[in-house]
Amino acid sequence: MNTTNIINAILVLGIMGGVFGLVLAIASKVFAVEVDPRQEQILSILPGANCGGCGFPGCAGYAAAVVAGTAPMNACAAGGAECAAKIAAIMGVEAAEVERCVALVRCSGGPNAARKYEYLGIRDCLAASRLPGGGSLECQYGCLGLGSCVAACKFGAISVTDGLAHVDHDKCVGCLACIEACPKKVIVKVPYSADIVVACSSHEKGASLRKKCNIGCIGCKICEKACPHDAIHVVDNLASIDYSKCISCGICAQKCPRKLIKDTRLNREHDVEVSEVGASA
Amino acid sequence: MSFTSILSIALGAILVENFILVKFLGICPFMGVSKKMDTALGMGLAVIFVMGLASIFCWLVNEYLLVPLGLAYMQTVAYILVIAALVQFVEMFLHKTVPTLYEALGIYLPLITTNCAVLGVALLNTQNGYNFIESVVYGITGGIGFTVAIVLFASVRERLEFAEYPEAFEGFPIALVSAGLISLAFMGFSGLRVW
Repeated sequence: MNTTNIINAILVLGIMGGVFGLVLAIASKVFAVEVDPRQEQILSILPGANCGGCGFPGCAGYAAAVVAGTAPMNACAAGGAECAAKIAAIMGVEAAEVERCVALVRCSGGPNAARKYEYLGIRDCLAASRLPGGGSLECQYGCLGLGSCVAACKFGAISVTDGLAHVDHDKCVGCLACIEACPKKVIVKVPYSADIVVACSSHEKGASLRKKCNIGCIGCKICEKACPHDAIHVVDNLASIDYSKCISCGICAQKCPRKLIKDTRLNREHDVEVSEVGASA
Repeated sequence: MSFTSILSIALGAILVENFILVKFLGICPFMGVSKKMDTALGMGLAVIFVMGLASIFCWLVNEYLLVPLGLAYMQTVAYILVIAALVQFVEMFLHKTVPTLYEALGIYLPLITTNCAVLGVALLNTQNGYNFIESVVYGITGGIGFTVAIVLFASVRERLEFAEYPEAFEGFPIALVSAGLISLAFMGFSGLRVW
């Protein structure tokens, strides 16, 4: 039994460990990077979904940008006004009011839209839209209903029924990840307070659109004439609402011959009825 | 030591005795960080960097500390110590001095502190009796081999997303099956030699 060997081993490794520890301890002081404590505080307030709706890579990136002063304090759509107020309190300034925005699928097609063929390929809208002709729908503007937006949504707010995506406005936080994911650009941002929506994106002329879709906007201008507040106009064969003028009277929704201008207040009540019937059956 | 012996070491480390696919070292990051091509590439670069540095420092420690004191049997312990301290130090150094490189490699560095491919390269250097330059070449090319394997595997996994396979294979099982197939393909290099 050679004790010097054991002592040697203990000494050499002990000294190596000690030296490395010392070097690391010194290095941690010398190379210390100061992180603003406010950054940690802001990060703890943010929803932490890393949705990217603010335009920064994740919540940590946004928190760093706020502290650096390069990002507005109300850019977090998921956190909303409450979150903006807390961030402002940490940064020591008054918060600007954020208007809550949600995503809207501007298409009513689904079973109403004519299809050129039955699509059996990859269940992904981008893949389908890259095919010659831009997907299986006759209408080049419509929702393909393959659910790329569903996959992009981190909040479970989008569902696809009958080949048409639908956004649950109460779950939607307005991060707008779905807008990026949609190759057809059929999803748009609308104010949460918008009760009346135009659920079509087609700029096609009425006569040719009729052959492709039973429900799309034909640009008949009945809504434009019916609106008492000059809030809805047909531009380039498609009705569009100016939400600064719209008072949500719902007259356009009633007059629309294609029933594509929707009063979401009615829809919500309708949804409740349907679910109640479903539960009792 | 000649140019051919260096070339043969490099070829061996990248293809014939690839650390992941032939030696089965460093499987943890190989499975964990291979879902996307760009993260796989970042991981690969970090591994090249750390394996190169680990080869240099472990060779020095072995040659001038362990061998003269007759402590060669303590290599594994000593190398773990050296590598762990080195990676920590490099991480702090990069964070302060080269923030852009830190952003690119930062999150991967702690992951490979105790990676077995890094420890493996240091131990194999000693086992094969490589001199200093050969050790460095083996370390860096071993890292390149790791990068080649993980990037290839990440591109396969990206395509697996859209592939159709039985539901029971969802996730890790299909990834392991494809890793096995890539490994089999790399076995085809086993006859390759540089004279």
